[in-house]
Amino acid sequence: MKYILRHPLTRSAAWRSQRTSCNPRFINTLHQPGDPKVASRRADAPFRLAIIGSGPSGFYTAYRVQSKLPTARIDMYEALPVPFGLVRFGVAPDHPEVKFCINKFDEVARHPNFTYIGNTPIGSESLPFSSLLPNYNAILLSYGASKDKTLNLPGESILSGIHSARAFVGWYNGLPEHRNLNPDLERSDGKAVVIGQGNVALDVARILLTGVDELRKTDITEYALEALSGSKIKEVEVVGRRGPLQAAFTIKEVRELMTLPSVGFEPVPPSIIPQDTSTLPRAKKRLMDTINKGTKSYPLEKNWKLSFFSSPTAFLSSSSNPGQLSHIRFEKTAPVEGTNGDKVVGTGEHKDVYASLAFRSIGYKSEPISGMIEAGIPFDEKKGVVCNTLGRVARPTPEGDIQVPGMYTTGWVRRGPTGIIASTMMDAFDAGDNIVNDWLSGVEFLGEQGDVRMGWEAVKREHSNIGLKAVHWSDWDKIDKAEKERGKKIGKEREKFGTEEEMMAIV
Amino acid sequence: MPPPRGSSILRNLQSQCSNRLFHAGDSIVTRCPRPIPTRSPVQPGAHNRTFTTRTLRPRLPFQSSIYLRQFSTTSYLSHGHLTHPKPGEELKVTFVTKEGNEFTFEVAEGDNLLDIGQAHDLEMEGACGGSCACSTCHVIVEDQEMYDLLEEPDDDENDMLDLAFGLTETSRLGCQVKMKKDIDGLKVKLPAMTRNLQASDFK
Repeated sequence: MKYILRHPLTRSAAWRSQRTSCNPRFINTLHQPGDPKVASRRADAPFRLAIIGSGPSGFYTAYRVQSKLPTARIDMYEALPVPFGLVRFGVAPDHPEVKFCINKFDEVARHPNFTYIGNTPIGSESLPFSSLLPNYNAILLSYGASKDKTLNLPGESILSGIHSARAFVGWYNGLPEHRNLNPDLERSDGKAVVIGQGNVALDVARILLTGVDELRKTDITEYALEALSGSKIKEVEVVGRRGPLQAAFTIKEVRELMTLPSVGFEPVPPSIIPQDTSTLPRAKKRLMDTINKGTKSYPLEKNWKLSFFSSPTAFLSSSSNPGQLSHIRFEKTAPVEGTNGDKVVGTGEHKDVYASLAFRSIGYKSEPISGMIEAGIPFDEKKGVVCNTLGRVARPTPEGDIQVPGMYTTGWVRRGPTGIIASTMMDAFDAGDNIVNDWLSGVEFLGEQGDVRMGWEAVKREHSNIGLKAVHWSDWDKIDKAEKERGKKIGKEREKFGTEEEMMAIV
Repeated sequence: MPPPRGSSILRNLQSQCSNRLFHAGDSIVTRCPRPIPTRSPVQPGAHNRTFTTRTLRPRLPFQSSIYLRQFSTTSYLSHGHLTHPKPGEELKVTFVTKEGNEFTFEVAEGDNLLDIGQAHDLEMEGACGGSCACSTCHVIVEDQEMYDLLEEPDDDENDMLDLAFGLTETSRLGCQVKMKKDIDGLKVKLPAMTRNLQASDFK
């Protein structure tokens, strides 16, 4: 018996309100256990999934879907020619072991039912989002967080010497978008300030303080190495608005900075950081102990410090050089009572920190892909995430969330830009489980029951009109090989191509 | 018997078999069936099974009839980290999956829990390849006394455990726990994947 569910957005409020008896937070209008109208699908029913974004969240979801539904045909779209998202462009070059997950992704990509389509941004300017809709049963949004948050402070966008940490990380990791960042590391005052206290902030500090001979062994780009070898940065201050217990960085990154050769750590005043840590939860306790322990000696040739309870209010220049950052004004903050230090308030007391280089590292945010909103996918502008319930794209209504058929999301575009690879993996496994379970239980997906979707074979025709050459996995193999050969010549594991043109020339 | 032409998998299998399980001259066809699990007399129960390293793969819950079995070219044989235990020196280790099913394996001294779990297709990830740089191979030792027998985790392992979900007093990273004689009979639980993950969980 063929049964076609109505689109949830067209269902009457009365119909929906009948359903509020289940989980009031989530009304899964598409699947009610025991619903006689829902016929389950066979495991070998043809299933086409489009994944937008080739970072760890997309690949781990593909891996999960493949292992539970090997007949699923998965097409992965990536804006750049090269895959792996933040594993390639975000993970620090001196953390090669974190990039090991690429081996798993490579295995996933070689599955006979998997197609990689690189060099293909989805959106109005290239392949429209709408062209995917008629060709897939489901679409997974896993394109991450491509923009960074700004402070919107006076001088921030005018003065030179202020960079986003994201751009700096992209620059040393070979992200084509930031190839020409050219941060001025040779200014004589030798001090850099990083605003924000997450792991990206510590990555920036570590790259600035690590000796270039250490970095030379990694896959850091050659142009970054050259700029860093001329760096005069001797001091890095990492500033946070809140206290040490609220800092977002993790202990591994702190420990690495504490063990860098000839880098000292300026002790945090005991009035600011807890000295008796015995009552703290394990992770916080170990983190505080590591900070309190600091480095064996201070000061050394290069130094770094953590500053707390300081909120930036303005970027300022000196009168002798009006276009260049000379100092940053911070307002001292104090914790608001009863919030456990999670909220702080300005005290009105200001201090200036002199530095000609500043990195803004206060987080990333996601943006909707053009055409996505029109396709009925709700986007929460404030949180910068696709509205979802446990990875199922869902439109919030007063009565509960209403699932959008066939649309799923995972990774940073689902939950915001936090978390390590393990959390991204678990999140992706959840998304994969949801997709497979929904499919097998027979709920509504894109199109009608029994539709055969053609996936990339059909999209390909439209793709040929946009004037971009699709990059497939065999092409990535060529780029990969060429990069490794380039690296071998100079004693590195890999020398990345810094521009898309160079990548495409290999293909 | 000459290796079948064009079939690298069979060739592979033959070399595995002739190296480890079979005497020269044995016919592969007759001597290389899918081995049958032997039920452990000490751990009776519907879900308790004992397996010997490299002889078979447990049938996992997700491989039930509703899902198709995947033909994987990266079987446990290619992980290649496990050593075959010498007769009489097999150590037993039991994994409890998040569904509560128990699998017991006979393994050699020196193998680590991540390699053992992956070799037997348990749902155990090692995103960093066992280099102690992630927390995806988190396991929970069931018995406190057994936990105390393990070598203390070092700073690097503790740093990663700090980030593991559902951390307990007896949590370890599978890649850092090597089988030894004094922990024969070790039983570890694979932590349940946390559903309902929200951004606040990662702060």
